[in-house]
Amino acid sequence: MKKTTFGSKLYTALVFLFLYAPIAVLIIFSFNSGKSTSVFEGFSLYWYKELFNDAATLTAFKNSMIVAVISSIIATVMGTTAATAIYGYKNKLFKSSIMTVTNIPMMNPEIVTGVSMMLLFVFIGSIFGKTGTLGFVTLIIAHVTFELPYVILNVLPKLRQTDPHLAEAAQDLGCTPAQAFFKVVLPAIMPGIISGLMMAFTLSVDDFIISYFVSGTSSQTLPIRIFSMTKRRVTPDMYALSTLIFLAILVLLIVSNIISARGDKKLSKKTKGGGK
Amino acid sequence: MNKKSSLMSRLAGAPYIVWAALFIIVPLCMVAYYAFTDSNGVFTLNNLSDIGKYADTFILSIWLGLLATVICLVVAYPLAYIMAQKGPEKQSSMTMLIMLPMWMNFLLRTYSWMTILEDNGLLTTALNFIVDNINNLMGAELSPVHLINTRGAVVVGMVYNFLPYMILPIYTVMLKTDRSLVEAAQDLGGNKLDVFRNVTIPLSVPGIVSGFTMVFVPSVSTFYISQKLGGTGTILIGDIIETQFQTANNFHLGASLSFVLMILIFICLAVMNRFSDDDGGVII
Repeated sequence: MKKTTFGSKLYTALVFLFLYAPIAVLIIFSFNSGKSTSVFEGFSLYWYKELFNDAATLTAFKNSMIVAVISSIIATVMGTTAATAIYGYKNKLFKSSIMTVTNIPMMNPEIVTGVSMMLLFVFIGSIFGKTGTLGFVTLIIAHVTFELPYVILNVLPKLRQTDPHLAEAAQDLGCTPAQAFFKVVLPAIMPGIISGLMMAFTLSVDDFIISYFVSGTSSQTLPIRIFSMTKRRVTPDMYALSTLIFLAILVLLIVSNIISARGDKKLSKKTKGGGK
Repeated sequence: MNKKSSLMSRLAGAPYIVWAALFIIVPLCMVAYYAFTDSNGVFTLNNLSDIGKYADTFILSIWLGLLATVICLVVAYPLAYIMAQKGPEKQSSMTMLIMLPMWMNFLLRTYSWMTILEDNGLLTTALNFIVDNINNLMGAELSPVHLINTRGAVVVGMVYNFLPYMILPIYTVMLKTDRSLVEAAQDLGGNKLDVFRNVTIPLSVPGIVSGFTMVFVPSVSTFYISQKLGGTGTILIGDIIETQFQTANNFHLGASLSFVLMILIFICLAVMNRFSDDDGGVII
């Protein structure tokens, strides 16, 4: 028994080594005083300073944030209403065809999604005799589109878990259907909405392939900026950037884990108290 | 009373349905339209027949994608199994550790492998040190290791980038598996291997299928990984599509390549889904 535990520990350690070695390399070389990303010459914060002086990268970061915030809010609102509607549909065929369409952006290779939207925008532009239709608007439309399925698939299970009698009870007690939705259903599915929102936001910040095809020169996001930087020889300021992103995500994940752990505790207390 | 609410909830779906039609269905029709027309908008099959030239690229992409997917499966399965046996506290922190690299920018993660695999990079230097020693001590004639710009490097990049997509679905399915089934199999006299082979593996098939598609699809269609780690020798179908749209400006050829890629992948997904009676709806 002891032997297998050791084996499994070793195996786990090896896989995590594989997963984290490149990230460790990134972090270590972000502190390199030299220009190289393979020979460590000494510790310095030079590249962090350089990063904050790089206007193009900062603009790209700002663009990424704008696109992520706007698109994830639109996707969350539209996706949540869509999920409640889909949940209520009685017609099985209609329901399953909507779900099939919803799954397309997740199943389709990202490059095909990106290319297909680019063709649509270029085509619409050519109808109106305009070139350069690609920009912020197309970028946000594309992001909303690929975020929507994730929001819907996060909200739907929560709706299924919610007792449908609760909304009915609220209406019997004098709520209008809208009130019943906002006062009873919405709080019940909130965890799903929030995880959908967070997923949409992170997917948007991280997306490169789709953005690469639908963004214009004025709407470069951070991943596109990184792409154009990595075409040349990369200097460690990109590594400094990714170190900062890594830290930000680490903090975000820890905080959200603590929040959800607290929520679980509350929930388990409630269910224990309520009995069955 | 319910009539009003059901009408409202039905209307609530309308914006999404319009959106999905406009930005999911219509763009796919655009791909088909561009694939079957020439630059004057006249119907043609020339774009599709041109694809014959890229048959080798398609085959190479599928081969490398499959290889990466199988390696992911072999690496991920034991880890998912180990994770599923742990206590809830450890499980959630391990899940977090697996997801964390996914949220790092994928371009930079791939780029970092360039640093590791470079000819004077960390891993190559270490391996060549060993090779030199073997040559000196045993008089062997091993040639120095070369890692970057090989197909192997591309597969490593794919495995690295998409491994979490294989671990998490398998792990999720294993968590949901009814423990009592395993116990029942043990009670009925099955030894560890029997139980693993006849109970654990069959029950985890939906997770395997979902992981398989989640790794295979991005691997087959990648272009960045092959550009950075494969050099000029490993050109995948994604690279060719990217070139058509970004530099060669031949949208019609690009669209027909995307069209064929999409059809190929949907066929693969359909075949995969036949292996599982689940609808493949395992979400992480």
